Amino acid sequence: MTEPLLQVSHLVKEFGTRGSLLRGSKQVVQAVSDVSFVLQRGETLSIVGESGCGKSTTARCVMQILSPTSGSVQFDGQELTELPDEDLRRLRRRFQMVFQDPQASLNPRMTVRQILSEPLEVHDADQAAIRPRVDELMQLVQLRAGDLDRYAHQFSGGQRQRIGIARALALSPDMIALDEPVSALDVSIQAEIIRLLESLRDELGLAYLFIAHDLSVVRHLSDRVAVMYLGKIVESGTNEEVYERSSHPYTQALLAAAPIPDPILERQRSRIIIEGEVPSPLDPPSGCRFRTRCWKATQRCAEEEPLLTDPGVGHLVACHHPEEVNVVQRSVTDPQEHS
Amino acid sequence: MTVVLEAVTVSLVPARHPFLRALRRPQFAIGLGVLAFWILMIITVSWWAPYGPIEQAGDRLQSPNSSHWLGTDTLGRDVLTRTLYGARYSLPTAAAVIAFTVVIGSSLGALAGFRGGWIDTVIMRFSDVVLAFPPILLAMAVAAALGPGLRNTVLALIVVWWPIYARLLRGQVISIRHREHIEAAVSVGVPKRRILRRHILPLATTPVLINATMDFGQVVLLTASLSFLGLGAVPPTPEWGVLIDEGSRNFYQWWIALAPGAAILSVVLAFNFLGDSLRDVFDPRGRP
Amino acid sequence: MSEPLLELNDLHVTFPVSSGAIKAVRGLDLTVHAGEVVGIVGESGSGKSASMLSVLGLHGPAAQVSGSVRFRGRELIGAPAAELRHLRGGRIGMIFQDPMTSLNPALTIGRQLSEAVIVHQKGSKRTAGERAIELLDMVSMPNPKARVRSYPHELSGGMRQRVMIAMAMANDPDLLIADEPTTALDVTTQAQILDVLRRIRTERHLAIAIITHDLGIVAGIADTVNVMYAGRIVERGSVEDVFYRHEHPYTSGLLACLPRLDSRSELVPIGGAPPALDALPPGCAFQDRCPHVSLECMSADVQLAPVGATEAACVNAPIRGAAR
Repeated sequence: MTEPLLQVSHLVKEFGTRGSLLRGSKQVVQAVSDVSFVLQRGETLSIVGESGCGKSTTARCVMQILSPTSGSVQFDGQELTELPDEDLRRLRRRFQMVFQDPQASLNPRMTVRQILSEPLEVHDADQAAIRPRVDELMQLVQLRAGDLDRYAHQFSGGQRQRIGIARALALSPDMIALDEPVSALDVSIQAEIIRLLESLRDELGLAYLFIAHDLSVVRHLSDRVAVMYLGKIVESGTNEEVYERSSHPYTQALLAAAPIPDPILERQRSRIIIEGEVPSPLDPPSGCRFRTRCWKATQRCAEEEPLLTDPGVGHLVACHHPEEVNVVQRSVTDPQEHS
Repeated sequence: MTVVLEAVTVSLVPARHPFLRALRRPQFAIGLGVLAFWILMIITVSWWAPYGPIEQAGDRLQSPNSSHWLGTDTLGRDVLTRTLYGARYSLPTAAAVIAFTVVIGSSLGALAGFRGGWIDTVIMRFSDVVLAFPPILLAMAVAAALGPGLRNTVLALIVVWWPIYARLLRGQVISIRHREHIEAAVSVGVPKRRILRRHILPLATTPVLINATMDFGQVVLLTASLSFLGLGAVPPTPEWGVLIDEGSRNFYQWWIALAPGAAILSVVLAFNFLGDSLRDVFDPRGRP
Repeated sequence: MSEPLLELNDLHVTFPVSSGAIKAVRGLDLTVHAGEVVGIVGESGSGKSASMLSVLGLHGPAAQVSGSVRFRGRELIGAPAAELRHLRGGRIGMIFQDPMTSLNPALTIGRQLSEAVIVHQKGSKRTAGERAIELLDMVSMPNPKARVRSYPHELSGGMRQRVMIAMAMANDPDLLIADEPTTALDVTTQAQILDVLRRIRTERHLAIAIITHDLGIVAGIADTVNVMYAGRIVERGSVEDVFYRHEHPYTSGLLACLPRLDSRSELVPIGGAPPALDALPPGCAFQDRCPHVSLECMSADVQLAPVGATEAACVNAPIRGAAR
């Protein structure tokens, strides 16, 4: 097997909260708890989960926008957490990021030309080559080069996101991390951006680390999927394995909850309603973190944390009672309710 | 420091032609009008004024009449002329103070906000100490130590005023630092200095501009106060504070103090209006 | 069919702005029958929220609202403020996307629920308090007796939304208007809330008008679907007819560009962008983006008309091969 482009091992990110005057102690939140995964060249790996699961934090740690508390992030064999500042800065040209909010991620005081030229300028590109490259980038994302001297706020949301993508492409990276790149967009614009991302990926051989909560978008784009809950990966595998042969109860609940625009299918599918809320990350449940909402929870789940291993289903699951179920296609006469 | 100056220029690129929109507001128009008036006076008064600022042109202590529209003072000098000439001292002094204060204070504040750590602590503690004093008292102390004269007044006021901008900019830098386009700049590989210069400071300068505009009036007032107390401009310089001082000693000759008082009032109001209008235009959503 | 509970006729909502006027709703007809779940879908700017806000007179003074909105035969447009207040939270309940803006952060939820009851039913404080606990139970709030003493900020998004539903249901309304009720929630929480809505709909014979951009949600909960574009309904029918036998190019465009959980088939984007609501072209608003556009589309004032299984506002419908 060729060496992976990105190898994340035992990544941990903690945030300290200052203890209040009354409580006094400093409290620590583990947003990311011992997360490991691998991304191959040209592959699209998606990390899905609900809010607070740690997926965005994971992406930012991989990109070294945040410094991991512990763990290793290896890009093309180089350990990013140990690189000196300037070396890291130079290496960034090979891994770039597209952000969620198309408005907030573009400097409101810069023209598009300036925004797109900047990556090239700070990486010592040949001055004469910058202008044509910027024109080329606009073309790649299907925007008009004539609009280059406008400001970000003069564009629509979808167009701004294209500018963000163009910026990420400027240095011809090997990998792009995308943090919910289409969540803030209308449905019809989403489709355009997804198509753009697909064609760019195919044309340029890019690897994508795709962070999202929308399971339908992830289903469409990904080669492999990892599901996160409360800072941990609970299931990971290929697209087919996770969507059609999910084995972790949380994955199954997530898939059962995601709406499908198909009335007959919607009314026939298994309905899994898990009760309760996500526990506070300040005090996660002992053993398996999902056990407080899991219909299969047993004593063992409270005592022993399940490891992410293959229990014989062909992909990785962190559960003591994994059971392969196709939650998406299956039609049952009575919807199941689990609480 | 050059970093800040460059950032100010970059930030003047208008997002939405704010000045044209601003002109529609009566506040802005009045403020701009008064300012324009005084600038005109500063430039032209020596061309057309019938009397000189220290020329003893008539009888002493005349009340306003046809040859001396605002009367004369204790030495027979025309009050109107002296007041108009006074703008040549009061306004540029304030401008100098604001300019230096903004540049020095902002640089220190930006440094503190961006670097954090011990630099932040040191700068902030210094500014805390300065801010702990009532401004006029501190200004008096410094001015007294330095001696009379407008140049020393400028220095005294810079010492008193810089922490305000240091704090302002530090707060701005800290809040902007966490915005997504800064994260984007980091991920692109933009070096720290450039992030400060091109991504943080241009957005931080709008509140500074607004604040500086509104502070202008305060500084004029403070300058005049120092002169009034004998610690600023020295007579016969017709600085407005000096004029008011003279007026206070001739209380019943009300015209002597009224003119410079009205002049200061007009300037303070004008800059308050200007600052308010700028704030309405630039920060409608509370964001630069 | 029984007499309609809510009837909107030729509703127009316009917002005057410095550059002209934004026509948010342009001649809308809609009916909701008792116990029916009506889905109103559209993207941003389609006018879906604006139309429903008119029902309870919730637009600001700047909005120009014309047409007719009749609830149980009573005309609501131009009705006296007192009457509208009486209806809001009484016979008609409304829930919004962001519960935080509808809940008073300074009062416990028990207190707010009791108030909702007292304002309309004039009971004693004690009965109102008991009713509050009952309501929380109805929306499956865990531990209702303890929860009445909580403040809104102590609750998660999902719980706050349940409180909103409870408040809207406090006086046993006939109609619940839900404006993007789950958009801000995680998908598992969304499933919980939709489940609550389904349940109370069955238990109380409640009519629901649900406004959303998510076609998956309406597929799961609605009986009839209205697809809105640029201030008008462009297609209407039963949920199965609209999803499987639609006739309007926008509906088919929308369905074709949605990624789905159960397949990885290609997405076909619609192309172009929605028109600016203050500069609409004459004729059909979808003309710039329609693959079947013809000359007639640019001049005719296109109205909803029965075409095949659904009603569609398209002069070129039925289009061969438009169905799924």
